[in-house]
Amino acid sequence: MSVLLIAEHDNSNLKVLTLNAINAASKIDSDIHVLVAGNKCESVSKEVAAVPLVKKVLQSESANYENYLAENLTPLVVKLAEKYTHIIASANTFGKNFMPRVAALLDTSQVSDIIKINSTDTFIRPIYAGNAFATVKSSDKKKCITIRPTSFDPAPTSGGEARIEKIEATDTPNISKFIKKEETKSERPELGTARVVISGGRGMQSGDNFKLINAIADKLNAAVGASRAAVDAGYISNDHQVGQTGKVVVPDLYIAVGISGAIQHLAGMKESKVIVAINKDGEAPIFSIADYGLEADLFEALPKFLEELNKLNTIQK
Amino acid sequence: MKILVAVKRVIDYNVQIRVKEDETGVHTDNVKMSTNPPDDNAVEEAVKLKESGKAKEVVAITVGEEKAQETIRKALAVGVDRGIHIKTEGYIEPLGVAKILKKIVEKEKPDLVFMGKQAIDDDCNQTGQMLAAILGWAQGTFASKIELKDKAIQVTREVDEGLETLEINLPAIVTCDLRLNEPRYASLPNIMKAKKKPIEQLVAKDLGIDIANRIQQTKVEEPPKRKGGVKVASVAELVSKLKNEAKVI
Repeated sequence: MSVLLIAEHDNSNLKVLTLNAINAASKIDSDIHVLVAGNKCESVSKEVAAVPLVKKVLQSESANYENYLAENLTPLVVKLAEKYTHIIASANTFGKNFMPRVAALLDTSQVSDIIKINSTDTFIRPIYAGNAFATVKSSDKKKCITIRPTSFDPAPTSGGEARIEKIEATDTPNISKFIKKEETKSERPELGTARVVISGGRGMQSGDNFKLINAIADKLNAAVGASRAAVDAGYISNDHQVGQTGKVVVPDLYIAVGISGAIQHLAGMKESKVIVAINKDGEAPIFSIADYGLEADLFEALPKFLEELNKLNTIQK
Repeated sequence: MKILVAVKRVIDYNVQIRVKEDETGVHTDNVKMSTNPPDDNAVEEAVKLKESGKAKEVVAITVGEEKAQETIRKALAVGVDRGIHIKTEGYIEPLGVAKILKKIVEKEKPDLVFMGKQAIDDDCNQTGQMLAAILGWAQGTFASKIELKDKAIQVTREVDEGLETLEINLPAIVTCDLRLNEPRYASLPNIMKAKKKPIEQLVAKDLGIDIANRIQQTKVEEPPKRKGGVKVASVAELVSKLKNEAKVI
């Protein structure tokens, strides 16, 4: 057995979620080879080679790999897959985009977004937005798997000395081209990977009132989320939506403000490590899953919350 | 231009699912079902292209049991021209669905195939990409904006870091994000009219393709329950607990 893991990077630096995937892969087999496909991406290969869990780095360079077009990356992965039993990537927009292409061409049924590895062919994955956990056993000879990064710790990054092997680029179909990428310019961390998330619901009463949430988010270096009700009411744009039809988040701390706790919202945040609910309705369902519930008017509680945070000598970032 | 839109019938997003006591799955009897939410966005986008004169025909397709036709009727009621229902029994994995869709694409020869980026039941996020791969087509996944060009389509994609824009050659697959548009509601007269629109029914096992599942679901269980939390009396107590007890700030 051996694992082919596809690294995500921007041609200069490795994306950290790859480290979580490497750690997960090590629970399947210790023979982990990591593909670094890109353009002038030597520094990434070196970074990967230093990860102690990695046995070999496969570096393949071509201008066609620069932007991770799924159509161009797939033939390379499919060709390399011949020698491996498990093909692995992170279940973020990177892995979700190309892995099913690889799986389909290998005639393999992909196992998406796993959160636990029971054995080399049996995994646990959330379904219904995490409202149920399914144990699944793959009978395919080759297994294509994507890993939910937040369910595994990142692999250590130094001390390894894996060999870097150059791999020739394969032909690409040239049916797609990269135009541009607009990275969200926010001082705040990304909703999907933030350590702390503070979300507002219909109880916020207006978009303007989100400034109360933003102030706390700035203080805690938190991402700002929202319930579907707040998005539907037009208080905030829908890329902030947490829930079954929005983003699923698993932060260390989730603060739900003026959110009653509809099923659809809970599905997107209930795996958070610590949940705080601030709501004036003591019967709101959100309290049943909150570790700390504060029954209070948010318009009084939020300024007070900021005040208390300001009193602290240190705040984790 | 012809557009094929794939829709799936799933448990309604507002329903609290219940895991079966014998851990074989979730209860679906007498549970409200509806179209997978981002599939509604896929239908809406196709209908908009038809209304603007860019698409000539929009065909909706679903793979599933008899009642899956409801999703097609809903699509017909908002402006889709006709439907195709591939009848199956039980759950078919995305790979099998992609193979079925490929067969229909080869027959219908659409220029574009739209579908939701992910189904909210099995949360696989695979079918569109798999279909694109086995057809040898380009894909634009997680689309929040599209713009038709000559023999190509520009797709703005929702990626982790923000937005990415690609230009992909036609024919192509586009998987739709919720942000792509605001799906309309069907009016009563249109719902009535939709009843007269044709739905062709085919049986999956007659298509002569291997759609056997490769993944055995051995157990479905409830996620670990969260312990009932505590109520705090004041903001000061909350902050103190977060700092000293939970150690998260």
